[in-house]
Amino acid sequence: MNPITTPEWVLKVDGLGKVFGPFTDESIAKTGSDRGTSKDPATGSIVAAWDVSFEVAAGEALGVVGESGSGKSTVMRCIAGDQSTSVGSVYLRTIDGGNTNILHMSASARRQLRIDQIAVVYQDPAEGLDLRVTAGGNIAAPLTAAGLRNFGAIRHRASELLSRTEVPLNRMDDVVRSFSGGMRQRVQLAKALANRPPIVLLDEPTTGLDASVAAGVLDLIRGLLEEFGLAAVVVSHDFSVIEMLTTRCIVMNHGRVVESALTDQLLEDPHHPYSQKLVSAARS
Amino acid sequence: MTTLLSQLLDETVGDTSDVPFALLDEYSKREIRRAILTAVAVPGYQVPFGSREMPVARGWGSGGLQVTLGVVGPLDTIKVIDQGDDQGVNAVNLRRLIVSSTGIPETTVAAESTIVQTRHRIPEDGLDTEHILVLQVPVPEPLRGVERDMRELARMHAEADYSKMWVSLYEDKVRNGVITQSTGYPCLVNNRYVIATTPIPRWDIPKLDNAPFLSLFGAGREKRIYAVPPHTKVEPLTFDDVPFEVEQTSGATCFRCTSSSSFLVEIPGAVSRWVCSDTDWCERHEGGLK
Repeated sequence: MNPITTPEWVLKVDGLGKVFGPFTDESIAKTGSDRGTSKDPATGSIVAAWDVSFEVAAGEALGVVGESGSGKSTVMRCIAGDQSTSVGSVYLRTIDGGNTNILHMSASARRQLRIDQIAVVYQDPAEGLDLRVTAGGNIAAPLTAAGLRNFGAIRHRASELLSRTEVPLNRMDDVVRSFSGGMRQRVQLAKALANRPPIVLLDEPTTGLDASVAAGVLDLIRGLLEEFGLAAVVVSHDFSVIEMLTTRCIVMNHGRVVESALTDQLLEDPHHPYSQKLVSAARS
Repeated sequence: MTTLLSQLLDETVGDTSDVPFALLDEYSKREIRRAILTAVAVPGYQVPFGSREMPVARGWGSGGLQVTLGVVGPLDTIKVIDQGDDQGVNAVNLRRLIVSSTGIPETTVAAESTIVQTRHRIPEDGLDTEHILVLQVPVPEPLRGVERDMRELARMHAEADYSKMWVSLYEDKVRNGVITQSTGYPCLVNNRYVIATTPIPRWDIPKLDNAPFLSLFGAGREKRIYAVPPHTKVEPLTFDDVPFEVEQTSGATCFRCTSSSSFLVEIPGAVSRWVCSDTDWCERHEGGLK
């Protein structure tokens, strides 16, 4: 059954579902975009995401759009391993040629993937960084986890990454807590890229930054995605972020994917009523 | 004065004929020995144990004492030191307790002993295959400084995920130019578990590496026992390009025995003087010179 050619995608998500609480087929039937809720009236379980499938190729960025509570962050956390998953499968091309469902791997093997396979950039830098540690030290964490034991080499790599993400090198030995929001986000990007992972998941990477800083960080992210040929999943409720970073995107509503389209098509001609509402709200 | 005190003690204690050998009841000893066996089988792994109430307060060597009482037999000879000093108050008390509850002989010479219980030092010489070194441990968790969540600590040890420890060494070097951790330096045992080397000075760390003797670490307050079996690799965590260094003061010699090849401690004063931390070694060295 093993395909002889390696797959074109780097990340493949197939039928991913996450339900908080017990669930039956009934719970799935009674929730979703058509029903206008993600809460099963019978059991009170929340169907946070259901039947989510997509593929991402190298150098490609996929957007996941939707309002708060639509399940987009849940999808990201399930792929990252921050959250257990109810059903579905996730494959990485770099793991067993894309033939192993990483959701079936042990918790410790999943964490190993976070060292050099899947990087995550969180909306809140405090989630991705240790604020008590210096910028260099935060980058040293994934480097030492990957087995690097040379102090000079760690310093060198950290300064390379920080200069690439436009963090002034004279701040390298300052604790991250003393940094501004934009600069913390740049350190988070540097840390994410430390071991050159093929996949990066970005969860609202510029939400919470003011407009001019956000624009700078977005520019940087776009440059990094191109330069490193990363397969990226960008979760955002902000169409300007999606428009700038992604070529394709999926729209989520009440835990379901309601539309999947090229980003510019979606913005010009949204099909699903919910997408139309979302786009018109963003455009007005 | 000594006679009076011991008489007084004898009277206070009264009839001791029903006190078991080595103080602890057999079930307690068995539990401690089981923990020790596990600890020896998995070098560096912290084995939980019951930790009985002892006649010394927790944090005053109760863990080391329980390990000693768990392994001691009627043919053993005991040496107890506190920071290298056989006459330290803590050492004297523990030794008296061990000797009085077992009837075994005591010594100050490591080579003549079979069990050495110690607080914060390893004797300079004399330990060989027939010895058991028992170390009193205040904080057995080497990662305590970098992580507080117990579940997370258990996970980090289970997965040998010590990157936080490395980050703390990195931070130390960046902030201070050198790695400042002096006592209790974290070491990797048998390429697997990181241990807290009690607070023994760096000077003693190389003695643990591939040592001929068995080292048992007992933490009474924290209820953990761990071990470094004989001939086991003990490697201080250091970066490839930052060599591990032991304490050294150039030109310092012991004012008693003139040694410069033992671990010296400074005696505060207008003019600083240095003296061997290991008092027994110092005396023998001095005797040799005379």
